[in-house]
Amino acid sequence: MTKESSTPEKEDSMLDRMRERLVPEAMPVDDRGRMRMVVDSLVLHLHPTKVIASTMNWNYSWGLGGLSALLMAVLGLTGVVLQNNYTPAAPQAYLDILEINSNVWFGELIRNLHHWSANLLIVVAVLHLIRVFATGAYRPPRELNWLIGVAMLLLVVAANFTGYLLPWDQLAFWAITVGTSIINYVPLIGNWLGQLILGGPEVGANTLLNFYSMHISLIPLMIFGLMSYHFWRVRKDGGLTQPKKLDEVEPPKIERVTTIPHLVRRELVFALAAFAVLLVFAMLVPAPLEGIANPDISPNPAKAPWYFMGLQELLLHFHPLIGAIILPGLAVIGIFLLPFFDINLNSVGIYFRSHRGRSLAILAVGIALVITPIWVLLDEFVLNWSLWLPTWNTLLSNGLIPMAVILVPLILLDEWTVKFFHADTEERVLFIATFLFTAFFVLTIIGIFFRGPGMALYWPWNMPVAAH
Amino acid sequence: MSETTSEHPVTRRDFLKIAWAFFGGLALLETTGIFIAYLQPRLTEGEFGSLINAGLVDDFPPNSVTHITNGRFYIVRLGDGGFLAVYHRCTHLGCTVPWDSTAQKFICPCHNSQFDQQGIVENPPAPRPLDLFGVSIEDGQVKVDTGNLLQRQSFESAQVIYP
Repeated sequence: MTKESSTPEKEDSMLDRMRERLVPEAMPVDDRGRMRMVVDSLVLHLHPTKVIASTMNWNYSWGLGGLSALLMAVLGLTGVVLQNNYTPAAPQAYLDILEINSNVWFGELIRNLHHWSANLLIVVAVLHLIRVFATGAYRPPRELNWLIGVAMLLLVVAANFTGYLLPWDQLAFWAITVGTSIINYVPLIGNWLGQLILGGPEVGANTLLNFYSMHISLIPLMIFGLMSYHFWRVRKDGGLTQPKKLDEVEPPKIERVTTIPHLVRRELVFALAAFAVLLVFAMLVPAPLEGIANPDISPNPAKAPWYFMGLQELLLHFHPLIGAIILPGLAVIGIFLLPFFDINLNSVGIYFRSHRGRSLAILAVGIALVITPIWVLLDEFVLNWSLWLPTWNTLLSNGLIPMAVILVPLILLDEWTVKFFHADTEERVLFIATFLFTAFFVLTIIGIFFRGPGMALYWPWNMPVAAH
Repeated sequence: MSETTSEHPVTRRDFLKIAWAFFGGLALLETTGIFIAYLQPRLTEGEFGSLINAGLVDDFPPNSVTHITNGRFYIVRLGDGGFLAVYHRCTHLGCTVPWDSTAQKFICPCHNSQFDQQGIVENPPAPRPLDLFGVSIEDGQVKVDTGNLLQRQSFESAQVIYP
């Protein structure tokens, strides 16, 4: 570390130079020195040197973004090692899973960790989206990061869906068959697109290879790229939004603390605790595995992966073009566009925007919880559009007409919030979005727990055992 | 320098820009085409997707439904002796539809779509009848071309093949 070391006569050995780079000679004693040192450290490639203290409140962000990143890391690591014991060929893939579960050291644990992390990631990513929506944190200048986040959520679902097929058991085979058949309803190019993705007319060995390839290369690569950009944008946009209390007129005081140790210590503790919970769960609850895939026998019921059960429930009530393509497409476009018409900067950082916003959100949840099951029951037992209008095209009788029938009360509800609550734009957006999300959540619950053989409705405690 | 005159409505620089953009776009289209063509599914001889020998005409009594699993279809022999090869895949969401011999119907286990012996929808949500494959009868052998899929909206007598 002295000036002489640069002269040729007294050149340090390579080991000396390596040690100099890795271990500072003495810890700086003053604040300024400490700051200089930490600027060089790896942590500060991700975080700024100082963060606003209030953004670290655990009950503001709930650590959901960080938890998603942790799960991504677990998935990457366990995914890479699982590849060492897996062949993406039918029927070898299934035999390999059996081998991983029975003959590989900690094989079942690694598979369980991968499986549960993947499922948990969908939940956590959706909660992260809800948190950002509820606090209005996507408003200018953070619109772009919202778009990237939603794109990543779609990619996470794609990663999960392609991974679902890989065990090549009955559960995987039929969930993917039902899930990919929806592609055939895309207008004009549906059949062609379906064949391209499946590598043939139906799910088979080519599909397994296609999905494996997407699951381990294309999708993770895209997620990694977007993740890096997402983190960088958080910094560029000035960190997390600051929490704010209701009725707070003055902007909150900005108190900054150093990232090291305040933020990093919290992150590490949280990551460790989360991983411990995940590990215990993965040790106790095995990932599902059924019999080997058999294209001749569909299990009854054949259900899509759980995160698509809301969509599958829609499919029971609408023509597939409406239920599986147009409605979800509109929903995704709506989510993408949210930060462009919900732009009131005054309520950023306040959960549910205002007193009225909170009342409206509770009302939206309540109405959706009541109305959705009633609509499902009505449509199941009373409404039968295609029977009442037998000569009409099913796209009309079973698609556009029921869609119009549910659109009318939605518009009336929106009118009602304006007339009786004098809701402004941000409160109307909050009400409608909360209502639709809750309705979708209820549909998902009905699909997962209340649909039995023949997709008939059952009470969960009366559910007949599935026939295979 | 790059100002246009009445003699030269497009300057040399503009011309080069347009030419580069044009050939760049062309190269992009070609490359996309190559990738899409590369990803097209391949078919293997003798497997599903090719011509499959279902058996002798006399193996199928009139008014019977026989599942040919390696070809993914049913040989339906109607009461009048005519043949249909019905794809066993539900037209709703792709489940394999079993033949229920007591109900004399195809009943899908996934969403309860029901089809009669000719594959015509008796109960939705299936949006159209079960698909057919082309049948040909040579030397008393029933041959089914599983690469030749016929999607239909209704039953017509022209769909039936007689020995």
